[in-house]
Amino acid sequence: MKNLLEVDIKVPNQTKYLRLIGQIGEDVAGALERFNDSDPEELAYHINLVLTEAMANAIKHANKNDPTKDVHISINLTDDLLSIRVFDQGQGFDISTAELQAPDPALDHGRGVFLIRSLMDSVTYNRCETGNVLEMRKSLLQHGGKKERGSGAES
Amino acid sequence: MIITSKDFDKAIVMIIEEERLDAHNSNELKSQLMNQFEEGKSNIIIDLQHVRFIDSSGLGALVSGFKNAGSRDGSLKLCGLQKQVQSMFELTRLHRVFEIFPSEEEALASF
Repeated sequence: MKNLLEVDIKVPNQTKYLRLIGQIGEDVAGALERFNDSDPEELAYHINLVLTEAMANAIKHANKNDPTKDVHISINLTDDLLSIRVFDQGQGFDISTAELQAPDPALDHGRGVFLIRSLMDSVTYNRCETGNVLEMRKSLLQHGGKKERGSGAES
Repeated sequence: MIITSKDFDKAIVMIIEEERLDAHNSNELKSQLMNQFEEGKSNIIIDLQHVRFIDSSGLGALVSGFKNAGSRDGSLKLCGLQKQVQSMFELTRLHRVFEIFPSEEEALASF
């Protein structure tokens, strides 16, 4: 499994950095376009969105809006897998009960984890040395086999 | 957050002049909506034509405004959704909750 791209970034625990991280996600989607049949704009949006949702959860729910804390984001792209990890420094929050179905449309909160689960193939949330890590994975394989790639993919 | 408001007889149009409506600025939208309600304006059109990205917080702020408008016998409607923003409403089934119009004119005509 060839490691094509790795991005590690640490940002202060503030929502003003959501735009920056989302934009990095869109740029990573540009590298992914060669592997995925999805609409490139849609793919860019989805990666922006899962990063934004995961980071906002880390800032507000795990790190409790504490501006002295950080959020660490690690994006890893291989031939067949996009993996995004978001590390917080808090006590964590429970995602197990949340949002496998679309939440009640009348509620004004609680759609974040649902959106992540809808757009990624797997989502886990575990303790780590410095706090917790939310890991989101998306397979880049087509059903039944490996995706055909454009000639530029190996460069 | 930059919002341009236009007063019409039937409703007030609030144009969100931001590319992103997310956890960073959605509370500001909520409070600007609250200001309108407190001034007695409860028929509101939110024009999202400039918004190319919305997250769950942005959707939540709109739902909150929708409920507040309804509780004041008004309504909150949307117009100008870009394709990816529209798809977020569909994914969360909120397209069944809001009245969504292509343009401000069509939204105004519905009041």
